[in-house]
Amino acid sequence: MAEVTINGVARHLAADPDMPLLWAIREELGLTGTKFGCGIAQCGACTVHLDGVAVRSCTTPLRAAAGRSVTTIEGLQAGDGRHPVQQAWIDEQVPQCGYCQSGQIMSAAALLARIPAPTDNDIDAAMRGNICRCGTYSRIRRAIKRAAGEGRSNG
Amino acid sequence: MADAKKTRLGKWTRRGLITAGVVTGGALVVGVAIRPGHRAPKLRDVVADADEALLNLWVKIGADNRTTAIVPHAEMGQGVHTALAQMLADELDADWNLVDVQEAPAHAEYANHNLAKGFLFGDAEIPHALVGTVDGVVLKLTQAMDLQVTGGSLSVRATGLHGMRVAGAAAREMLAKAAAADWKVPARELVLKNSHVSHDASGRTAAYADFASAAAQFAPSSKPKLKDPGAFTVIGTSAKRLDIPAKVDGSAAFGIDAQLPDLKTATIRGCPVFGGRVAAVDEAAARRLPGVERIVNLGDAVAVVADGYWHAHRGLAALDIEWSTDGREALDQAGIFAQFDGALARAEIEDDGDVEVDRGDCEAALVAASSRLEGEYRVPYLAHAAMEPMNCTAWLHDGVCEIWTGTQNPLGARAAAAEAIRFEPENVIVHNAYLGGAFGRRSVHDYVVQAARVAEATKAPTKLVWSREEDIAQDKYRPAVTSRFRGGLDDDGHPVVWTNLYVDKHEPAEAPRIPYAIANQRIASMPSPTHVPFGVWRAVDHSQHAFFTESFIDELAVLANRDPYRFRRDLLVDKPRHRKVLDTAANTAGWGTAPGPGRGRGIALHESFGSIVAEVVEARVDAGKVRVERVVCAVDAGYAVNPDGLVAQMESGIVYGLTAALYGEISLEQGRVKQSNFHDYPMLRIDEMPQVETVIVDSGGPLGGAGEPGTPPLAPALANAIHDAIGVRIRELPISKHNLNV
Repeated sequence: MAEVTINGVARHLAADPDMPLLWAIREELGLTGTKFGCGIAQCGACTVHLDGVAVRSCTTPLRAAAGRSVTTIEGLQAGDGRHPVQQAWIDEQVPQCGYCQSGQIMSAAALLARIPAPTDNDIDAAMRGNICRCGTYSRIRRAIKRAAGEGRSNG
Repeated sequence: MADAKKTRLGKWTRRGLITAGVVTGGALVVGVAIRPGHRAPKLRDVVADADEALLNLWVKIGADNRTTAIVPHAEMGQGVHTALAQMLADELDADWNLVDVQEAPAHAEYANHNLAKGFLFGDAEIPHALVGTVDGVVLKLTQAMDLQVTGGSLSVRATGLHGMRVAGAAAREMLAKAAAADWKVPARELVLKNSHVSHDASGRTAAYADFASAAAQFAPSSKPKLKDPGAFTVIGTSAKRLDIPAKVDGSAAFGIDAQLPDLKTATIRGCPVFGGRVAAVDEAAARRLPGVERIVNLGDAVAVVADGYWHAHRGLAALDIEWSTDGREALDQAGIFAQFDGALARAEIEDDGDVEVDRGDCEAALVAASSRLEGEYRVPYLAHAAMEPMNCTAWLHDGVCEIWTGTQNPLGARAAAAEAIRFEPENVIVHNAYLGGAFGRRSVHDYVVQAARVAEATKAPTKLVWSREEDIAQDKYRPAVTSRFRGGLDDDGHPVVWTNLYVDKHEPAEAPRIPYAIANQRIASMPSPTHVPFGVWRAVDHSQHAFFTESFIDELAVLANRDPYRFRRDLLVDKPRHRKVLDTAANTAGWGTAPGPGRGRGIALHESFGSIVAEVVEARVDAGKVRVERVVCAVDAGYAVNPDGLVAQMESGIVYGLTAALYGEISLEQGRVKQSNFHDYPMLRIDEMPQVETVIVDSGGPLGGAGEPGTPPLAPALANAIHDAIGVRIRELPISKHNLNV
């Protein structure tokens, strides 16, 4: 069991502390936007933020999240508006099947929080852990640059 | 034409059957039944007579003035719901912002004719004259088990063209008649636009919804007038996809997201040696683990049911299963290819084989040719590896079995589940969700059958989730193929003969055909079955055969010392659409200019599912490592219903093809699949993504598919680029197998 702040709300999670955070989020909290893809941190579909850093929740034990703050795709948006990355994903028409996109968006949002104006190399390094079988990579890159541009003009 | 056989994609006729009614709340419902010369043999039997028709879709205009299309197609990323909605909205002159698409829900209801009437028409009166019609078309749907299949790049070509547009146009005509009668003005003076009717002379305007009930009293025209393409306002625009907002905030529900009270979770291991059975299971260690509730032996697989996935997964890992494999464990990949070689050798010696094309006299032409070339190509098995692992939730209660899953074929899934648990199909209800990728994998029902059987044992709602390892080990693989060619040139370097012999013909039979005018051609196949389960994989047989044919034509160009693009172009006789696509790709790519040091350029052209696609790949080979820098794609899909959607599908098909060409390999070892997850079945990632430029060539020809045709040309264009760069001819995929450090 663990005390974890999920999307800004303190939660008491009764699950086995060895259980991957992914399953606590999906099954105990019913937050199904975070996806199961491979179970071995190879595809990134399960990406969430742990204290603002992108991690693979399928290999992060619940105990590692104890006392810390977790953000999932459901908690990404600021107030009632979409996060700039989410809006850029719509503007660039990124998703196809959409299954990997929660993870892609979480990786991109963590990247932009760290590096507001990422280079192509920064994008490669931050995003190469996220597989998209529909092949939306070009649009992902464009959307990150768009979100970065809007972040700057807003800031 | 001397071809021994001809596979014909039947013509879809616009002479459909249109029905209409009014439902509770005054909504107008228009249904379109189309009479297809469907290529699926099952359907051909059902629609044998000229007057018979199949229900295809329903369109509803509600009291809130929203238009909802109820369509029989799954959204798996290909954008089909949006494209179909565009086709409807345009003919109806609906406000695009007021159009929704809904996948025909709870398919048992949709397909069962009594329930379908209930679902669609509620308790409303159906005009007496229509009762027989409605019964008839809905009943036909019930019989036509595979109508709801999403695949073959057919949704827009069939449902869109012959269903959505017709329904929209019919509803529009009825609304206009109703408005004209109510306002006592001539229908021709009315303007229908943005889901409103207006009459300028009298200054009146009203929403479509105001006339919905009245419109339903008119018999729909059997042949509503469709717009000329010049009048389109929504078709042909890059309308934003309707499903995308839910896919950026985590709210889009996939099969794996099904939630029910007191839900159990199961995971499973099938016999890793295909066709093997469970001999014994030692459950003791698994039973001692927390959360493990039940172990279900399905005979060819064992499932562990627990209070959640993690506990089920740990329980499965603790099981000790002994398998009975009856010698099937002796099969390995080298043995499979040796078996293929034997089959081809027999075919050559005995002049045997299933002949698809036989034109001229190939043997005489080979003897007469001034130069000859032989080539043998191979491709391995491939898994689909959709991002969402296979999963299905089932719950048997109150005499019904409810199923929540993502499937390309809800009616087939229903039938398979019903048979497995000995239910009548009408007592199985399939709730189809978004598909987290499919690519053909979700057109088979193994995971649905397993879930139904496990739920039968648990007597509780149970979600079966496969691990990624199970997904890779228990796929229905793209078949491995060996394909042999012989070709010959005359004194002028023109190709005069083309023979192609390969193992195992699947669908579609035309996949190995070439568009090139070569006088003597023989294309034949030899069966060489193995116990490896195979299935449809994006573009089906086109993806293997395009690699073979478009590589060998390139080899002939090299033999003739000709430019590969010009060589192909000269052979496209009476093929103006192919020529234009090829020219467009070559010109856009800057064909003829130097590609830069260490770089090569390759071209390939292939038609599939009614669309013609040419791709030019620019690749660099650096210290043995292939880097694809740029892909130029030209596509003629007849007419692009949603240009950005078509571009997205080309990009997607290119990445799918590139991943397979570079890395894709499933190999058999001791009767089982050697690969297990993304570390040993790698995927293309963002840092390897080439620049992709797609140019749409709208020829105005018949509508072609979008989801699949981008994939086949990629592998040969890349192999041809590698040859251009370093002179090495790739005859076996994946490219990662080869040492290119030359």
